[in-house]
Amino acid sequence: MPHVVAENLVKTFRIAERRPGIWGAFRGLVHRRYRTVRALDGVSFSVEPGELIGYIGPNGAGKSTTVKVLSGILVPDGGSCRVLGYVPWRQRIETVRRIGVVFGQRTQLWWDLPVVESFQLLRDIYRVPRGQHRQSLDELIELLDLAPLLDVPVRQLSLGQRMRCDLAASLLHAPELLFLDEPTIGLDAVSKLAVRDFIRRLNRERGVTVILTTHDMDDIEELCSRVMVIAEGRILSDGPLESLRAQVTRERWLIVDLVDADAQVADPDAEVIRRDGERVCLRFDPSRTRPAELIARVTANHPIRDLFVQDPPIEQVIARLYEERQS
Amino acid sequence: MLDSIRVYGRYVSISMRSQMQYKASFLMMATGQLLITAIEFLGLWALFARFGNLRGWTLPEVALFYGMINVAFAVADAVARGFDTFPAMVKSGEFDRLLLRPRSTTLQVAARELQLMRVGRLAQGLVVLLWAATALDVTWTPQKVLFAVATMLAGTCMFYGLFVLQATLAFWTIESLEIMATVTYGGVETAQYPLVIYQRWFRRFFTFVVPLACVNYFPVLAILDRPDPLGAPVALQWIAPAGGFVFLFLSLQVWKIGVRHYRSTGS
Amino acid sequence: MIAYWAILSARFRALLQYRVAAAAGFGTQLFWGLIRVMIFGAFYQSSNVAQPMSYEDVVSYVWLGQAMILLVLFRPDVEVQAMIRSGTVAYEMLRPLDVYSVWFTRAVAMRTAPVLLRAVPMFIVAGLLLGLKAPASPQAACLWALSTATAVLLSAAIGTLMTVSMLWTIAGDGIGRLVPAATFILSGMIIPLPLFPDWAQPVLNFLPFRGLADVPFRLYTGHIPPTEGVAALAHQLAWTVALIALGRWLLARGTRRMVVQGG
Repeated sequence: MPHVVAENLVKTFRIAERRPGIWGAFRGLVHRRYRTVRALDGVSFSVEPGELIGYIGPNGAGKSTTVKVLSGILVPDGGSCRVLGYVPWRQRIETVRRIGVVFGQRTQLWWDLPVVESFQLLRDIYRVPRGQHRQSLDELIELLDLAPLLDVPVRQLSLGQRMRCDLAASLLHAPELLFLDEPTIGLDAVSKLAVRDFIRRLNRERGVTVILTTHDMDDIEELCSRVMVIAEGRILSDGPLESLRAQVTRERWLIVDLVDADAQVADPDAEVIRRDGERVCLRFDPSRTRPAELIARVTANHPIRDLFVQDPPIEQVIARLYEERQS
Repeated sequence: MLDSIRVYGRYVSISMRSQMQYKASFLMMATGQLLITAIEFLGLWALFARFGNLRGWTLPEVALFYGMINVAFAVADAVARGFDTFPAMVKSGEFDRLLLRPRSTTLQVAARELQLMRVGRLAQGLVVLLWAATALDVTWTPQKVLFAVATMLAGTCMFYGLFVLQATLAFWTIESLEIMATVTYGGVETAQYPLVIYQRWFRRFFTFVVPLACVNYFPVLAILDRPDPLGAPVALQWIAPAGGFVFLFLSLQVWKIGVRHYRSTGS
Repeated sequence: MIAYWAILSARFRALLQYRVAAAAGFGTQLFWGLIRVMIFGAFYQSSNVAQPMSYEDVVSYVWLGQAMILLVLFRPDVEVQAMIRSGTVAYEMLRPLDVYSVWFTRAVAMRTAPVLLRAVPMFIVAGLLLGLKAPASPQAACLWALSTATAVLLSAAIGTLMTVSMLWTIAGDGIGRLVPAATFILSGMIIPLPLFPDWAQPVLNFLPFRGLADVPFRLYTGHIPPTEGVAALAHQLAWTVALIALGRWLLARGTRRMVVQGG
């Protein structure tokens, strides 16, 4: 049974419009004008158990709205959905008992208390049997290296430490499905790697289904086999990372470091898209031009220090996707 | 159910311990509150020294009104803190986190915080109440004592209901509507004196809209064995405290409507 | 000097913008005023004994209190409080302006614009409908105006003193709670000071708090006759100067303490 089935979710918000100027402010007091925003405009997808999905989109695209609907916080205006077999907004308590949600910017721990007390309080709230709780906790403490943090009040933790504790807190009740909203935001490089590693292990070794909302493309590249792209309330793309790339563009990049920083590079089959002093970035279509041939031509005309061929960064791919959507 | 009580208990102990951390601050503020409310009562005493009586009511009688409403309010103030600070919770989005837990939101908000500092006002209210009880010409049967306790409990529930309503407003508007605070604190001030001394529209408001009279005026009349100068039947005096419980119940229903509204419009 | 004026006028203009907040509190105050008037009315009906103040004077006193309430409600200067908590107050100390004067000027500004916004409508409503009488005489009006101006300075001095006390965190917290409430009562805002017991009068007359409300109000109603007006004003002024001096001295000590501890 799929863990999540969403069909045609629709959600509109009414936002009061602010009028400019003083006169506008007065009129605004008397007669409010509203703008309707379609945060979700027919969102459909399904998630099988054990998947690790990336959910990306520009700000305001509908990512958090989707998570809120799936977790039962928000009631949609149309469409249907089932999470672990429940209708989340109608069976809120049953649903949230079996899912975990982590917000990158807001902690679910109690600010003034030592971390371990938050864990205990959550045990009572989720009604986790003591034995099970003890076992989960011990495992999580080891996996996330939380032992030195247990007696520290949450307000004294660094961002990276807090995120690790939040991750543990969200897993204490052994949820089958985990929503992670920007878990690596603001973290230093070491913490990011630790968090990513943990998520990967969680998914591979324990089969926890993970839906990861993020702006960090490295997260996507490192973790997700499947990516959903949402913009303006609609799903633009849903599938493996590779096909996303392929869907938008058939291109690869050749990057060369020239010996002569002023040399002009031109080639009939390639387009210079960026230039930083001696570093030139060329874009070409690998189906029309073989990389080896392009390299040969470029190096014949210009002595080079170094070169590499790569796929365009995922941001570029996404940006291209939005642009095409606009037109 | 028992389970929810245990969770509530845990929250309470956490709140208390977290506040105990700031011992010096707590002591100072509790003492300060005690002093201030004491001076307020001294003001009342001074007025009685000058005027002798308040439309036929003596100081001990007025002190009974004063003590009972202050105790009721102090307890509500301490216990309803979660609702009192609720608007900030909606603003910061923390309420979403409550919705993500497999517990009723009412329980979670109610349990969130306990304000120990209010113990200053509570202590003062108790002192005044006990003084009034001894100074009055009233035979304190067990029945009357129980009734007094029930009345104060009803008063606490009524004020709790006001806090809940105030918090529910946060679902609709960002501005905190001053009116709720006005009615709450104004209500305490009003009920410190027998309701008869006020003008008609005022009495009506605090009998039928906010049942202040039900949790203070009428019950105290019953304890004092005094008939209502305004002619309400004696039987009413004894069942009046029920109004406080009903008010709280109604407030919680409005709160549930508020939660539903929040979940359909987001924030 | 120009710098202080600039600060003053900037704060004044900023505070004028809080119109909504001004409107919201107005209803509350009408409510409070009405309750107090009704309570006093009931008391006065209960006794034929001559009282230190007539009922009409008490009614005016109550409404004057509601009009000028912001002079007696002490809220900490939020910006300064934030500065102290975060430690950036150290930068304030490094600026070429005299810190006490800056804080004092801000306190004065906080007591002019909001007070005006509250007082004007309250005077109109209470004067027309609720029993607030006109000043007892032209001299009374004059003295009242002078006394109110001095009350602003006195209030600012107390407020700045409280702000300075925030440099000492725990004590500052406690003072921040106790002083406003004590001030409120001892200035006559709950019960007019003359109605307090006779034995309390010397103490109340000595303390500075009567200068915030009791003195200007009683000059207005003529309860303090114009002949005693100068003495009353002198009392206000003397305390203002004393509290400013105390504030400056405490600030100096607090600054040194911060510098020594490293902020």
